[in-house]
Amino acid sequence: MKTLLRSVAVAAVLVATLATSACSTPGVGGSTDTASGSSAPSGSITVFAAASLQRTFTELGARYEQEHPGTTVTFSFAGSSDLVSQIRNGAPADVFASADEANMAKLSASASEDDGGGDGDGDLAAGWPRAFATNTLEIAVAPGNPQHVTGLRSLTSSDVQLVTCAAPVPCGAATAAVERAAGVTLHPVSEEQSVTDVLGKVESGQADAGLVYVTDVRASDGGVDGVPFAESADAVNTYPIGVLRESTNPVLAASFATFVRSDAGRKVLADAGFGAP
Amino acid sequence: MPPRRTPVPWWLPAPAVVGGLFVVVPVLAMVGRVDWSSFVALVTAPASTTALGLSLGTAAAATGVSFVLGYPLAVLFARSTSRWVGVLRALVLLPLVLPPVVGGLALLAAFGRLGVLGAFLDAHGLRIAFTTTAVVVAQVFVSMPFLVSSIEGALRTGGDRAERVAATLGAGPTRTFLTVTTPRVLPGITAGLVLCGARALGEFGATLTFAGSLQGVTRTLPLEVYLQREVDPDTAVALALVLVVVALVVIGTTTLRTRPVVA
Repeated sequence: MKTLLRSVAVAAVLVATLATSACSTPGVGGSTDTASGSSAPSGSITVFAAASLQRTFTELGARYEQEHPGTTVTFSFAGSSDLVSQIRNGAPADVFASADEANMAKLSASASEDDGGGDGDGDLAAGWPRAFATNTLEIAVAPGNPQHVTGLRSLTSSDVQLVTCAAPVPCGAATAAVERAAGVTLHPVSEEQSVTDVLGKVESGQADAGLVYVTDVRASDGGVDGVPFAESADAVNTYPIGVLRESTNPVLAASFATFVRSDAGRKVLADAGFGAP
Repeated sequence: MPPRRTPVPWWLPAPAVVGGLFVVVPVLAMVGRVDWSSFVALVTAPASTTALGLSLGTAAAATGVSFVLGYPLAVLFARSTSRWVGVLRALVLLPLVLPPVVGGLALLAAFGRLGVLGAFLDAHGLRIAFTTTAVVVAQVFVSMPFLVSSIEGALRTGGDRAERVAATLGAGPTRTFLTVTTPRVLPGITAGLVLCGARALGEFGATLTFAGSLQGVTRTLPLEVYLQREVDPDTAVALALVLVVVALVVIGTTTLRTRPVVA
């Protein structure tokens, strides 16, 4: 029992350390935009953001904190649907950034049937969500593209071990859309639960090709090469952001969400490969 | 007949009850969320039954492989007098403490297409990637340590006096192993098989990382639960309940028979 208590305490300290170190990361990049001096937001917020936003939002958070001294922006990154169910189960989030509109829709207006949080308004504050980025699919292949993959059609060859997302997850829905647009039927050897799993299978060499987002290819830092294809334009994923109604710091929450959609925010997102909404 | 009951400190039941509730309440709460009107339809959907069949088949195979490879390992560990055996045991039991995802990454490094052994196997036309074999490999990796440590514990508790006697009576090592050691340690073997099978049945992280997820090939019940949760938490809960029932049946039938060892 004593050891258990001690390990619980150790775990708590670890979590706290991780949390503080994650949000005290010094600002990346040198550009110090001058802070606009209106009613200054202060305090701290927790931002729930889709896993694919981990890099960009960590950077955006650091920049925001630099421009607004006295603020702390903490993140929780996970799959969008995980985050939605956490929020609907009462997790203390101030801002939610989703990787697709379907998951955001679960929080807005009429969708919230069983959370008892008052009808009509949903879980979002008035005026939200708003789109802040888009993402499209790309074919991830081993560096150097040894199998000479040129487009969706070349993925139907039985020599290519293809991995995609399963239909129920957002990237799987996008995959189905590009299949329809191209008029091809893909036969993946595995339908993964998340786009990160798809990327991992290609990076590790288990699979020859995978359908992932442009930003995933960019973030792999040479781990995979990206092969663009025309039909990707038929499955543009829009990322919405929203301030939650239950936020304990709505001023800071709205300020951060607005910052993400500002020119400075868009630039960070564009550098990572995201498109403008 | 053993004595009926050893006295316990008066305060002991309090934390024990809390401990028991801590495990039981979440499972009961989940049962409470099952939508019974659609339960049968959800559980008998093709994706569900395929996943359940695959889970039972792979877990049985993994338990068999674990026994064939793990029992000899347990015997060597229990009987060895080398001081290196502690180090070896720690290494072999590593998957017990390793996060399953890390186990999956380790398996990729070994049996993946570009892995140390995987590349060799691949060159000889034996591809494990994205096959049901990969699922079994992942399950053996995470579940065999349970079997090894369970049997080794039983062997050590039992000691080797009976084996020495058998040897003085002229029985060879193989005969002693089969007719003396094995029957004596049978309850430990059963407990080990149950733990191993249950762990294999619930295997998720290593499978996801190493084997992939395709209906009927690699998507076992835990993976199906995780995927269904994306769209429909009701289906996920219903399937999870099936998994709970299967696990209870496995553990229940065997613990009733080998009560003194497991309880």
